[in-house]
Amino acid sequence: MQNLWNKCSSLALAAPIGLLGSATAMANDMTTKYNLRTPASGMAESLYTLHNFLLIVCLLIFVGVFAVMFYSIYAHRKSKGYKPADFHESTAVEIAWTVVPFLIVVVIGVYATPIVMAQKDTTNADITIKATGYQWKWGYDYLKGEGQGIAFFSTLTTPYEQRINAQEKTLNYLSEVDNPVVVPVGKKIRVVTTANDVIHAWMVPAFGVKQDAIPGFVRDTWFKADRVGTYNGHCAELCGKDHAFMPIVVKVVTAEEYTAWVAQQKQKQSVAASPAVTTVQVAQAQ
Amino acid sequence: MSAVLEPSGHSHDHDHAHDHPHGWRRWLYATNHKDIGTLYLWFSFTMLMVGGVLALGIRAELFRPGLQLIQPELFNQLTTMHGLIMVFGAIMPAFVGFANWMIPLQIGASDMAFARMNNFSFWLMVPAAMLLVGSFFVPGGATAAGWTLYAPLTSQMGIGMDMAIFAMHILGASSIMGSINIITTILNMRAPGMTLMKMPMFVWTWLITAYLLIAVMPVLAGAITMTLTDRHFGTNFFNAAAGGDPVMYQHIFWFFGHPEVYIMILPAFGIVSEIIPTFARKRLFGYSSMVYATASIAILSFVVWAHHMFTTGMPLTGQLFFMYATMLIAVPTGVKIFNWLATMWRGSMTFETPMLFAIGFIVVFTIGGLTGIILSVAPLDIQLHDTYYVVAHFHYVLVAGSLFALFAGLYYWLPKWTGHMYDETLGKAHFWLSMIFFNITFFPMHFLGLAGMPRRYADYPMQFADFNALASIGAFGFGLSQLLMLYVVIKCIKGGPKAADNPWEADGGLEWSVPSPAPFHTFETPPVVK
Repeated sequence: MQNLWNKCSSLALAAPIGLLGSATAMANDMTTKYNLRTPASGMAESLYTLHNFLLIVCLLIFVGVFAVMFYSIYAHRKSKGYKPADFHESTAVEIAWTVVPFLIVVVIGVYATPIVMAQKDTTNADITIKATGYQWKWGYDYLKGEGQGIAFFSTLTTPYEQRINAQEKTLNYLSEVDNPVVVPVGKKIRVVTTANDVIHAWMVPAFGVKQDAIPGFVRDTWFKADRVGTYNGHCAELCGKDHAFMPIVVKVVTAEEYTAWVAQQKQKQSVAASPAVTTVQVAQAQ
Repeated sequence: MSAVLEPSGHSHDHDHAHDHPHGWRRWLYATNHKDIGTLYLWFSFTMLMVGGVLALGIRAELFRPGLQLIQPELFNQLTTMHGLIMVFGAIMPAFVGFANWMIPLQIGASDMAFARMNNFSFWLMVPAAMLLVGSFFVPGGATAAGWTLYAPLTSQMGIGMDMAIFAMHILGASSIMGSINIITTILNMRAPGMTLMKMPMFVWTWLITAYLLIAVMPVLAGAITMTLTDRHFGTNFFNAAAGGDPVMYQHIFWFFGHPEVYIMILPAFGIVSEIIPTFARKRLFGYSSMVYATASIAILSFVVWAHHMFTTGMPLTGQLFFMYATMLIAVPTGVKIFNWLATMWRGSMTFETPMLFAIGFIVVFTIGGLTGIILSVAPLDIQLHDTYYVVAHFHYVLVAGSLFALFAGLYYWLPKWTGHMYDETLGKAHFWLSMIFFNITFFPMHFLGLAGMPRRYADYPMQFADFNALASIGAFGFGLSQLLMLYVVIKCIKGGPKAADNPWEADGGLEWSVPSPAPFHTFETPPVVK
């Protein structure tokens, strides 16, 4: 069923140019304003679940502890005539409320450890893309896998007039770029990060990835998008005056659409690379 | 641990002008711990207002998407200086002010060990503050690299950066001298019979905090000096192009930075540990556990720094170690919260303003602590690092934590300092306004962070607009509410119902054995503690 859908949509979007221009077709990965973004990768799903688990644990602790406290505030007050007790220590109780939180912490640690290990495992990627942070835009180089050799800059396209409130802000205000990162769905993408000047950070919440882009150093992270769509992120390390104005847009497409896009990019780049044919007319000596 | 004591602190005849200076010399040449405490407190309140105005500038700009009032360059200056001024100019000096006022009184000492160095420690802060605030007015403006001053962005800053570095060196020297003073005083000048395990919790927490300060302020000095030499003297510590390492800056900074946040909270724990027993009319539950828990937190604080660096690309072992160590700190912190609860349990409580702030502290600090646990889980931190979730977390522990504890201590000891009871109705109003507006300001920031809004953003995409507007409204409410506190304090200083020696009927505490207001000289003869 999904294959059929993918095939239909790839036919409909046959023109590669149409594919690239549709920044407005941003998938809204925020179904709720109160939680993490809707996951678009298995890792983001794991993180979403982990967060819900922790949220519930914290809520239970909070409600438990403060139910006791508010009861005490209500009942153990001088105005109600309550007389103070005089106990002030208990080794047993101290041990209990040291050991139990320790065990809770161990449980959380055990739950989280495999996820840390998975986040760090960038091996066996299908495609490797280098993301370079600049002041103030991103540069992408497709280093390995299908699409190898493609390179472009990705710059914010929100008009300045919108920023200074001379124009109405559109839906994708500050989340739109000229050249998004395009990747095929269901493939492991390794993102290698570095920077040209100061530290930036490459982040796409829907995939659960964030990695600092450090000048002179190379770091990596990975994601595998599990559905087609357009996902955005933003620079996540203070990098100067336009830190808020260098977003990340990742367009996840079907395998066929990706192949078509790669071909079109390669063609664009070879046209740009070939020497311009110029005609030089030398004045004839009289 | 209540101290049974003999009458001491004879009431001082203020006609003896030879040992009670007047006029400007009293303040400039102050060597009296009470006067120096007062100086620190007024200084820190002033800095709180300056830092607060900067915050209101931030929130005014962030009220709506788009750039309305402030250009991004200035915006980053505001966020940076708001942080530096609040941390180094408001919170830390306020706790030092409390230390100066209360430690000698609580241990039965006549003054601090090094009275003249105490004066120097305070007055150093004034040129430092002038450098920090003045940096806005030099070409290029104040530094805009964030209070954490990460390299190599700091190399791009103007002379305002160097002024901030100089200011922080001065503040560090002041803190180190103050800590030496505090440790020497506590270890050597306690009244006979006051063993370490009979000291008030506020004194314990400051003893431990002072060691933390001495250990880590030099490390910060190292980091900012390397930044200075990278900027001006041809070094390349943090310049990768020449073989340096920007991440090393982060390691050095956070080795200071993490103990620093415990420096800002441990004295708060001490204040709350004084107030809850008094208003519950019951001894602090688990005194020894409280001491050991505080010491554990301090020791653990040295081995968790890289939880601020989970996205820098540490190896797996590093991520795991720092995650486990950070989660561990929750255990002694939880112990302290449970002990406060057990102190309240089956006490006979009344809810004057100090108790309101102390209880409010416990509730809201716990929220901050729980979001801290969520942040400590490294895989989740990947989503939340450098987002508004972190901003929410640290404002919960620093404002609702440290600042509310400072307010609690202020109301608690104001009668002792001034000799008057403050206006209880207005005090309670200050509490409720602060609590409500604080939560309106900072609770929505959790949602902003979860949704992926990064920190230090002068402008933001549309989906973040609603919560930003709400936070901005809350911020203005919170800021204005602090003016009420100023009014309460000034009104109390000028007059009010006469305060008894022990207005809260506290069970023990040497400070309650001297008159209110505390005479210029107290405990010239040490009391004997049984």
